[in-house]
Amino acid sequence: MTENGGILKVAMPKGRIYKQASKLFREAGLPIPEDFDDSRRLIIPVPEAGMEFIMAKPVDVPTYVEYGVADIGVVGKDVMMEEAKDVYELLDLGIARCRMSVIGLPDWKPVIHPRVATKYPKVASQYFREHGQQVEVIKLNGSIELAPLIGLADRIVDMVETGQTLRENGLVEMKEMFQVTSRLIANRVSYRMKNAAIQSLCDRLSAVIPAQGGV
Amino acid sequence: MSKPKGFEKPVGVKDYLPHAVSKLRGIERSVLDCMLRWGYEQIMTPTLEYYDTVGVASATSDQKLFKLLNQRGTTIVLRSDMTAPIARVVGSLLKEHSFPLRLSYHASVFRAFEEDAGREAEFFQTGVELVGDASPEADAEVIALAIASLQAAGVRSFKIAVGHVGFLNGLFEETLPGREAEQEELKACLLQRDHVGYRRILGSLSLDEGWRAELEGILRLRGGQEVCEQALQLSLNEGARKAIRHLCEMWDVLAAYGVQEHVLIDLTMIGDFSYYTGMTFEGYAANLGFPVCSGGRYDNLLAQFGRPAPATGFALKTTRILEVVEEEPSAPEKTLIVYTAEARGQALAEAERLRADGRIAVTEIAADPAEADRLRLKARQNGGVTHKGTEYGEVVVFGLGEGGVRG
Repeated sequence: MTENGGILKVAMPKGRIYKQASKLFREAGLPIPEDFDDSRRLIIPVPEAGMEFIMAKPVDVPTYVEYGVADIGVVGKDVMMEEAKDVYELLDLGIARCRMSVIGLPDWKPVIHPRVATKYPKVASQYFREHGQQVEVIKLNGSIELAPLIGLADRIVDMVETGQTLRENGLVEMKEMFQVTSRLIANRVSYRMKNAAIQSLCDRLSAVIPAQGGV
Repeated sequence: MSKPKGFEKPVGVKDYLPHAVSKLRGIERSVLDCMLRWGYEQIMTPTLEYYDTVGVASATSDQKLFKLLNQRGTTIVLRSDMTAPIARVVGSLLKEHSFPLRLSYHASVFRAFEEDAGREAEFFQTGVELVGDASPEADAEVIALAIASLQAAGVRSFKIAVGHVGFLNGLFEETLPGREAEQEELKACLLQRDHVGYRRILGSLSLDEGWRAELEGILRLRGGQEVCEQALQLSLNEGARKAIRHLCEMWDVLAAYGVQEHVLIDLTMIGDFSYYTGMTFEGYAANLGFPVCSGGRYDNLLAQFGRPAPATGFALKTTRILEVVEEEPSAPEKTLIVYTAEARGQALAEAERLRADGRIAVTEIAADPAEADRLRLKARQNGGVTHKGTEYGEVVVFGLGEGGVRG
């Protein structure tokens, strides 16, 4: 089977996930420097591994991969659920573990016109529909915890890692919706045209993925 | 939404300027010629169809159909593919025509808007349907023709992945007998290409460990003919075995066509289960993130149009192929004929002569004959000239002195 294209283009999320993801790649024997994250370069070739890394904003990773400008990518399940792109979800990398939860004030009571603030409007709408509740979803871009404190919404849907921010703001986790970890995703065409390179990367990563506890 | 500005058009539709059209027509012509040489004759059907017939029968999901109402309140759809309209024609106008029927088409098809850029609401498909032949030979024929068509279109590097819905149906039926909800969940994961979810559901099912390993192992069943042999090692029920044997026979035929280097077997590749009944395939080109062709066997469709028959076919996504093929050699040179009013007859006769000769001639009355002659000289010195934004290889002037002065 001939492989086309040679270089494997990998979309990596800048920020929180990057350090853990690059550590995993290094453990799998892929020579990625640790300090990419601090560099301002957006495209970093690693010719010795036959790869090129594209540094992207996390929510954009599935878009790069769907359009095939990156062959594979590393992205959180939260983004996958929200963006709903047509890509292969190949591996649970088991890193950047946290959870998506419904959060509110400790004295929350059902209200007549429920409003939910979130960075993940699709995920939130779908969740409440599946649970038989019609809610108004308000999209916010940051500091979601503010919404119930100042009366914009009675609940929020957000990612929880340690719960520290919630506690500091007097909020409680009312319901865990699902666990979130980072995933390895692949473009539909690359998955076939660069089959051997992608399969071998999957195998190397699988060997070093931390045990999937808690799922 | 605010009132559209004058230059805007609905999301997902495109204009094609002359350069792109000439490329598109070139691809269309080469591909249809190729299909004709395999005995597939072109058919045209209307853009509008009834929702209750072609709309319901098509593989396109309901919310992706463009629907409109006619004056009587009947729901009309813009065709979303050509397969269902062709099935309608085969069941009606071509009812007396014996099988097998080999038909080709080139048409624009419509899918309701999606917000993302790059998702087109109207795009071109060029394809074939082979109706009335259930054999592996017929399936291999359409795959070989898909390969020949991609080559004719000028796509250099590509691969075709082939699967078979019967394999997974049989395998799930054997390993999870009667547990339909669980089978559906697993199939849904494969359909959404969610291998992580597939493994997680498998992990949570109460299942014999051997079966679990086998069901997980199918995610790796990709490659050449050896994949079929590996699949046959699994203890399979008759349905799954039949599917694999069908693929093996297809592989032999493809080998005889000499095209198996382009073909990859992937048993997790599944199309829409409610539509496809046998083998399914997709084609991928290097440097393009989306498939360039797709097809498969749909033996249940024709029955909906009153003439039950097996059928198989494929469609090339011509609009996407446009993005990957190399530039066409530039269009033939144009000749500019400039004339004065007195020499109009001569000039137009010369244009006619050039056109009859298959050349491109553009005529223009000279506002300034001396300027026209300077243009002629410039064209001769430089082997071409740009005049009012168009390039000409040659300029001929009539009305200055005797006869036409060639550039």
